Amino acid sequence: MIAELPSAQVLRENKVVLAHVYTATAAIVIGALFGVLQGFSRASAITLPAWFDYYRMLTMHGVLMALVFTTFFITGLALFVVYRSLPRPRSTTVGWAGWWVMLIGTAMAAVTILSGNATVLYTFYAPLKANPFFYIGATLLVLGTWIVAFEIFENVVWYRRMHHAAVIPLPVFCVTTTFLMWMVATFGVVAEMAFLIPWSLNWTAGINVTMTRLLFWYFGHPLVYFWIMGAYVIWYNIVPVWYRGNVFSDGLTRLTFVMLLLLSTPVGIHHEFTEPGIASTWKMLHTVTTYGVAIPSFLTAFAIFASFEMSAIAAGKRGFLATVRSLPWNDPAFSGAAYGMLLFILGGFGGLINASYSMDTLVHNTIWIVGHFHVTVGGPVALTFLGCAYWLIPRLTGRALWNPALALWQTRLWFIGMLVMSLSMHYAGLLGAPRRTAEVSYVGAAAANIWQPSMLLAAAGGFILFISVLAFALVALGTLISDERTEPMQADLACPADTSEPTPAFLVPIFRWAAFALALALLAYAGPVSDLIHHPSYLAPGMRTW
Amino acid sequence: MHIHRYERWWMMFGIAMLIVFLAIIGVEAIVDNMNPPSGLRAIDPTRVAQTPPFDHPGLRNLSPGRYEAYYIAQVFSFNPSSITLPVGSTVTFYVTSPDVVHGFYIARTDVNMMAVPGWVNSDTHTFTRGGTYLLICHEYCGAGHQNMFAKIEVR
Repeated sequence: MIAELPSAQVLRENKVVLAHVYTATAAIVIGALFGVLQGFSRASAITLPAWFDYYRMLTMHGVLMALVFTTFFITGLALFVVYRSLPRPRSTTVGWAGWWVMLIGTAMAAVTILSGNATVLYTFYAPLKANPFFYIGATLLVLGTWIVAFEIFENVVWYRRMHHAAVIPLPVFCVTTTFLMWMVATFGVVAEMAFLIPWSLNWTAGINVTMTRLLFWYFGHPLVYFWIMGAYVIWYNIVPVWYRGNVFSDGLTRLTFVMLLLLSTPVGIHHEFTEPGIASTWKMLHTVTTYGVAIPSFLTAFAIFASFEMSAIAAGKRGFLATVRSLPWNDPAFSGAAYGMLLFILGGFGGLINASYSMDTLVHNTIWIVGHFHVTVGGPVALTFLGCAYWLIPRLTGRALWNPALALWQTRLWFIGMLVMSLSMHYAGLLGAPRRTAEVSYVGAAAANIWQPSMLLAAAGGFILFISVLAFALVALGTLISDERTEPMQADLACPADTSEPTPAFLVPIFRWAAFALALALLAYAGPVSDLIHHPSYLAPGMRTW
Repeated sequence: MHIHRYERWWMMFGIAMLIVFLAIIGVEAIVDNMNPPSGLRAIDPTRVAQTPPFDHPGLRNLSPGRYEAYYIAQVFSFNPSSITLPVGSTVTFYVTSPDVVHGFYIARTDVNMMAVPGWVNSDTHTFTRGGTYLLICHEYCGAGHQNMFAKIEVR
């Protein structure tokens, strides 16, 4: 590759991406501080003061980690992929507009939570009624992502027109399907907000609780697939660069993302298996569709390991151990993604259990579930994002990564901390410990004593994770401050192993697939929503119980 | 699109596994009636205390070994706060909420349901082992959520 000096435009684009990535960094650092305090509170090791109670922190932790960190990182990553894969003279105004709207929304929600006026957790279940600023802020965060999505789609349309070609480059395809899925999914939460905002402003007298919960989970599950798709964008298109490998197959990668676009949304009722007011038929239907969305993850598991092996074979190495040893385990970026992949194996097993119609009653709303989503969003997703940041930040700033050894240990610590915390949570959940509870001793009840050792172990794991996040923050900030100039900021993405094979025609029309995905989602919810509409519904006035 | 032989096998294995899992769940649901609680009975949450049988929450003995238990889940307690049952009892639990969403979970059993205002949810369980069971609200309901629990004595 010929080293090129970045043009003024690339530098401008980098600034937008950096703004997104460093906002995500701020979110994970503050979120982790609240997380570690919660771990100690739950283990009855500390008592949090009334002016900064557990539930306020839990709300902040959930919002910052699940909604702010992940979303800002994915919007930054998506803009990066689109900017670098589709070079053209362009303005960064839309990219900045998205960031500002997301930031203002986040700030509004965060101030409301910290002031104690929105202690409703990140699921904001009615009839708990928060201050309207919280709902408006959260809505702005989502609308900001729509602006970023618009920027992505506009570039895709431009590329197709300029090149008289419908087939877009693979990384852009992955990012576009991710944001098309996000548009289908966020429709649910924006619809929910259309009920919640007027209600919180006292413009409407009451709210249909079951309807808001249905709408929340219409959005809530594809939200987790939005995170996973963000990690998959990196696994397929960026990670192979780190071991000089290739994308296993262009066509199968596109098929995986189209399947995720189609199947991520019509599944949300598996979060509501124990809910009254939703008939068993719909619960069973969503079990089947949830199992369907495991298929693209099977495809991914194969593609990732096959790509590892192909690169090892190309280097003259054969066999399982030789392949494992050939991988760049001392590269913090690869180390992050690879340990993330290992954690996802645990997450996948747990997911199939949770999605099982009847088995879910053994674990629903216990801390097993918390263990599950920490080993998924906090495992493959967060660890891949942190690893990717180590590759991304030097390419955006032109500075060498500060203290790569610390970065490497950060990823290892995270892996260990997450294993300890998540496995303890899974185990405590099987013993009956509930989730979302400030402390779980139940005034010394014998039934509660059995899970206390696991809570201590989970707190220890959380502490290791907190140290790991601090290490990440040090490296991220150190790189900005150290000002050590490095290579030109080239960032090539991975290419398919076989470039001669044409992309199958049925995978090309992504906007049509998106329409199909929306239709599937609406179909999956038509039954339960129509049941609710035809049911004499009670409208809750809402209350503040904190 | 070329699909490698091994990948085809892997996909067939994956899909077959999902079909087997779904078949087991389906058979359990139809043959053993293993369905999650899906209470479809409506109730006016503003009038729970006046609506029979919730006007007298507690345990009802239907026949030897068969019980019904009516619970009101409210911030931040369960009514009744304690019941006593003989070992081997089969109990159908009914729960509703007059205020916000609560959870109804008996630790280390499969009695696990949401109490949503406007609905009566229900679940049946046979207590084959004696002991003091902890009934927990496992959905965040407000500042005193961690104090919301009740006891079930099985002797």
